[in-house]
Amino acid sequence: MTETAEAPGPVTVVETPISLDFNYTPGVAASRFLRSLEEGKLVGQRCPKCLKVYVPPRGACSMCGVATDEELELTGKGTVTTFCVTRIPSPGLEPPYVTAWILLDGADLTAMFLIQEVDPADVRLGMRVESVWVDESERKTDLGNIKYFKPLDEPDADYSTYKDYV
Amino acid sequence: MRDFARPVAIVASASFETPSEQARNEVEMLLPLIEKVRADLGIEQGDIGFTVSGSSDYLQGFPFAFVGALDAVGPWPPIRESHLEMDGAFALAEAVAVLQDEHIDTALVYAFARPSRGELDRTLALQLDPYTVGPLWPDARGLAGLQAQAMRDSGRYGDVPDVPPTYVADGATAVILAVGDRARELSANPVWITGIDHRIEAPALGVRDLTTSASAKSAGEHAGAAGVDAAWLHTPYPHQELLLRAALGLDGKPVHTAAGPMMVGGLERFASAAKAIAAGEVSKALAHATSGPCLQQNLVGVLEGSK
Repeated sequence: MTETAEAPGPVTVVETPISLDFNYTPGVAASRFLRSLEEGKLVGQRCPKCLKVYVPPRGACSMCGVATDEELELTGKGTVTTFCVTRIPSPGLEPPYVTAWILLDGADLTAMFLIQEVDPADVRLGMRVESVWVDESERKTDLGNIKYFKPLDEPDADYSTYKDYV
Repeated sequence: MRDFARPVAIVASASFETPSEQARNEVEMLLPLIEKVRADLGIEQGDIGFTVSGSSDYLQGFPFAFVGALDAVGPWPPIRESHLEMDGAFALAEAVAVLQDEHIDTALVYAFARPSRGELDRTLALQLDPYTVGPLWPDARGLAGLQAQAMRDSGRYGDVPDVPPTYVADGATAVILAVGDRARELSANPVWITGIDHRIEAPALGVRDLTTSASAKSAGEHAGAAGVDAAWLHTPYPHQELLLRAALGLDGKPVHTAAGPMMVGGLERFASAAKAIAAGEVSKALAHATSGPCLQQNLVGVLEGSK
C-alpha cells in the first residue's frame, strides 16, 4: 500500500451558502420619483449648483454633493446616445432586441431603456425616441411603467446636442 | 502612534442617530452632517485634502454601496479619497496617518449605516472565519454571551451584566481634522489627537483569552492613555465596559459608554469626547472604538484641549 493511496486528497471546494434579507427603502428623493411614475409622470431633479438635471434622481448631485430639491417634469422624449443589439435570449425578451442609453429632453444624464417598434438595423445614434407606458391600470411605483421607447417621426438630433454622452 | 511630527486636531463634528431611519437612504442621512461640519468651519470640499469613510456594504445590501455615499460629499473636481469596511474611527486613524504628509492639512472622516434594514446579528457572522465558523452562523449576541460567561467563570469581575439583544440603530457621524496652524485657524477650540493606536487579536475565538482585552491594553499603552481624566468607550455590549476599564486602567474614572450604530459608534465616541474637551468639561480624554467579535480589535485615541 502506498502513502498516496492512504492519504485523503486535499479539500478543494467548501460550500458555504450565504443569504441575508434586507428591507430596501429607496430614500426620500427616489420615493418622490417612484410616486410620480405611478402617476404617469417622469420627474427629474436639478442640482442647485451645477444645474444638471438627474433622471432618475439620486437625491444629491453626485458631483457637487448637494441635495437636488428642485423637481421638473420631462416630456418622455429623448435622443439615443449609444445602443446595443442583443442576439441571445434574455428572460421576457425575444432576440434580437435593442437596449439604448437615452438622453431625455431636459435631462443631463442618460438612462437605459429598451427600444422597440423598430427594426434593430434602423436604430442609430441621434435617433429621436419617445416613451411608451404600460396601461394606467397597471402602473406601479416602478420604472417598469415605461415599457420601452419607440421612434419619433422627427429628424435625427444634431451630433453636437449629445456628443458629450457618446 | 504618538508624538506626531504634525499635530492633528478634531475641529468639527456632527452626529445623528435614530432607532430606525425609515424614509431617508444613506446618502440623504449623511448629506446634512457633511454640510454642517464644512459650514461650521466655512470651508468647502475643495478645501479638504483627504476624505475617508467607514461603512459596510453588507449592512446596506449591495456591493460598492460606499462609492454611492460619495454623492453626499461632492467628489468633483476629483478628490483624494479612501474607504474602510470598518467603523469610522479606524478611518479617522488612517486620516491621522495621511495628515503626516506635508501636502495635506485637512481631512473629512465620516461613517454611516442603517443596520435596521437587515439582520445585524446574522450579518456580523460574515466577519468570522468563512470556512469553519461563518457557516455555523453564530449570531453576534451569542458570541458576546460566550465572552460574558467566560468572565463570570473567571471569578475576577464580580457581577457581569447579562448580554442584551444586539443594539441596532441607524446613524452617521462626520468629523473634520486639521493639522497645526490650520487647525488653530479653523477653530477656536481644536482638540488635539496626541496619540492613536490600533491593535488586533487573533480572529479565532478559541485561541483568545476572552476574559481580558490584550489588544485594548496594548493600544492604550501605545497611544499614551495613562493619566486621562475620562473615557468615551465603544461598548457594543455592556459587559465589555468591565474588560475595557481593566485593560485601560480606568478604575475610578468617569466612563461614558455607548454602542452606537454599527460602523458609526466608534467614530461617534471620538466626536463626543472632543465635544466634552472643547466645552472645557475635561482636559485629557480617552476615546475608544472596537471592531470584530468579542472586542477582537481595539483602537484607542488620546485627546487633549489646546494648551
